[in-house]
Parts: sequence; C-alpha cells; structure tokens
Amino acid sequence: MRYKDYYAVMGVERDASQDEIKRAYRKLARKYHPDVSKEADAEARFKELGEAYEVLKDPEKRAAYDKLGADWKAGQDFRPPPDWNEGFEFHGGEFTGASGEDFSDFFDTLFGRGAVGGGFGRSSRRSFRARGEDTYAKILIDLEDAFTGKSRAVTLEHTEIGADGRPSVKQRTLNVRIPKGVRQGQHIRLAGQGSPGVGGGEPGDLYLEVEFRPHRYYRVEGRDVFIDLPVAPWEAALGSTVKVKTPAGYVDLTIPPNSSNGRKLRLKERGIPAKQSGDLFVVLNVALPKADTQAAKAAYEEFRQAFDFEPRADIGG
Amino acid sequence: MTRRDVKTTTLVGTILEEEVVLSLAEVCRASRLSAERVIEMAEEGIVEPVGSSPERWRFHGASLRRVRCARRLEEDLGVNTAGIALVLDLLDELEQLRARLGRFEP
Repeated sequence: MRYKDYYAVMGVERDASQDEIKRAYRKLARKYHPDVSKEADAEARFKELGEAYEVLKDPEKRAAYDKLGADWKAGQDFRPPPDWNEGFEFHGGEFTGASGEDFSDFFDTLFGRGAVGGGFGRSSRRSFRARGEDTYAKILIDLEDAFTGKSRAVTLEHTEIGADGRPSVKQRTLNVRIPKGVRQGQHIRLAGQGSPGVGGGEPGDLYLEVEFRPHRYYRVEGRDVFIDLPVAPWEAALGSTVKVKTPAGYVDLTIPPNSSNGRKLRLKERGIPAKQSGDLFVVLNVALPKADTQAAKAAYEEFRQAFDFEPRADIGG
Repeated sequence: MTRRDVKTTTLVGTILEEEVVLSLAEVCRASRLSAERVIEMAEEGIVEPVGSSPERWRFHGASLRRVRCARRLEEDLGVNTAGIALVLDLLDELEQLRARLGRFEP
C-alpha cells in the first residue's frame, strides 16, 4: 500500500487552517469536477481530491492522519503503526460527492470499516430499499456500431461490500445490442440489470452512457458526421469520383470541378441513422505532392508558368 | 437469425433520451434524489416535465442527466438551485461550442 500525501493533493501546508482547506477544496473541485472539467485526468484527480478532503475537513480524521507523522512521502510503501489511532474517537460523517467506495486502500485501512476503532458505517447513509439501486457505467463504442446496431460484449466492474465489510471489485460481462442511431452522451437503459433487490425486491436498472471511441478521420456533432478527405490538387481542380470509406460503408463521391480546399460536400441523411437521420459532411483537404524529384519539380515549374495566380491577392500581399 | 448460436443472451436496451419517458418516482430512484428536491428543480426550470401535477408529471429521458449532474454540483461544489440552473445552461452552451471548435481543430 502506498502512502498518500493529502496535504500535497490539496496544495496546502500541513498547518493550514480548516478554512484554508475548505477554500483549497472548493477551488480545486471546481477545476477538476468531472461535469465541468475537460482535463484528461479530471475524474481521477477529483476522486483523489475528495478523499483528501474527506480526511482533512474532519478535525478528528485530520488529527489521526497527522499522527502518522510528516516524514512520509507520497507513494512510499506504507504500513500503519499498530497503535496509530489509539485513543481517537471517530464520528461517522457524510462523504463528499466522491463515492466512499472508490477511495484508496490507504484511506480504507486508516478510516474504513475494517480499521481498528474506525467504524464508519459505509452503508449507514443507505436507507433500506426493497428495489435494487439503478447503476451507471460508461461504454466506449465505435461510431460504426451506432450505424449498424450490432451486439457487443461489455465488461463492467462494480464494487461489492463483502461479508467482512470490505469492498472488492467484481467483473461481469454483458452482451448488449447497441441501439441503431445512438449518439454520444446518450444512455442505453437496460431494465433489471442494476443492483439486485433487497429482501426479494426487483433489481434496479443499468444505464450505459455511450461514448464514441475517438477516430482519426471521423468527427461527430450530434447526428452529423464529418470526414476529412485528402484529395490531390488535380482531383479538386478537375473534379473526379473517389471512393470514400464512411461509417456505413464505401460510397462513390463526386467531387465537383474547381473545388477549393476545405470545401464541404453534404451527403444528405448519411449521418447517424434515426427517424430524422443526420448528414454526412465530407471536407476536402487538398494534399500537395512533394517536389522531391526532377520530374516533380519540372511539373510544378510548368504549373507556375501556366497560371497568372496571386494567392495573396485578397490580403494585399 | 443466428441468435440461437450465441450462448449468452443479448440484452436489448432502449435509448433513454429518445424512447423513454419517466415518472417522478423513476427520476427520483435513478438520481437518488428526494421528490421534494426534484420538484424544486422543476420549479427552477432545471427540468421541464409535462403534466398538470407532480403525480402526473412525465419527464423526457434527457432530464435524468440534468438532475444527476445537478445533484453532483450541489453535493460536491455546494451550488444552490438557481446556480445549478445557470451552470447547466452554460455547460450546454460550452458543449456546443466545443463540438463546433472540434470541427476546426481536429
């Protein structure tokens, strides 16, 4: 188990006042809140922050944590001294927004259910409910799956509180038909696949939040799909028909003559399928061949002489 | 159909945002919020159920995402109901702008 430096996580000194800790938490929470932040590691940072705040905001837990001493370094192999929390009396407090079940082993050993004298009821805030809870998970799918509506195996992890009161991570795999036309950020509701019911109650529902795996050439905006299509200068200038790979398969695309770089060609209703399907936009990206042979240089030279062309005419160049 | 060959059963779900309407009880259960809080959020315009009274309210599936986000903003950041309504509207706008930006800066 690794030692966690909660003061470093919150960016405060060890002698910071409770007010300073609260201010630091609020500031960092706004920065890393997964609903607001687009930082890549926002979720992990927010979780870590929630754990640190859970300890430091509570004078009892903070005092117990401080008792471990200031000599520990973050990430150092840690084992709590046998008598570390002797004489501390804890009172169960509310967890911050981060779910307590996701806290680290380090937290769990010091303050979790199994900790000596700890005794925070992790489940104390849960009222008895006959029906199982609804659960949520994110799934990454390929854009193509939303076009074809095919089935995919989805592996989910969830935390279970064992008989000894300690949480453990369990995996299960579901075979899910991806509904045709599903979009980024939408949820697939699977009835009865949530947490099992208590006392013979019905299970809850499972909600899968859909996210498209990032793609090199496709971009999605609502139901519309954008494709960047590299074309040769002569294809754009003279017009041509090219084969384009789209999420729904190959299409023959006609490029009109005199197309400029960045021209957007719309293929109506070839976007994500629905009652009102999205459109597919092909954006032309004119690629220039390198002038790295004698023949290529001669061709460019001929090109130059054939035109009376001033590309910077508009900007007074 | 080759479904019989597949050993595990294939689960067929529904798209929450398109095919599902929710009652107040279902919204509360799925968001772990009390009915009072959801009613307050509806009064603030955070979600807009249709129907004459809370017992008859029907919520659009997309409401669930909003009330869940509202709960997190409240619990994690201490934002009040009016603040949540503002944050959610701004987040919607931000999302649209980011998507549009993504088109120009792939």
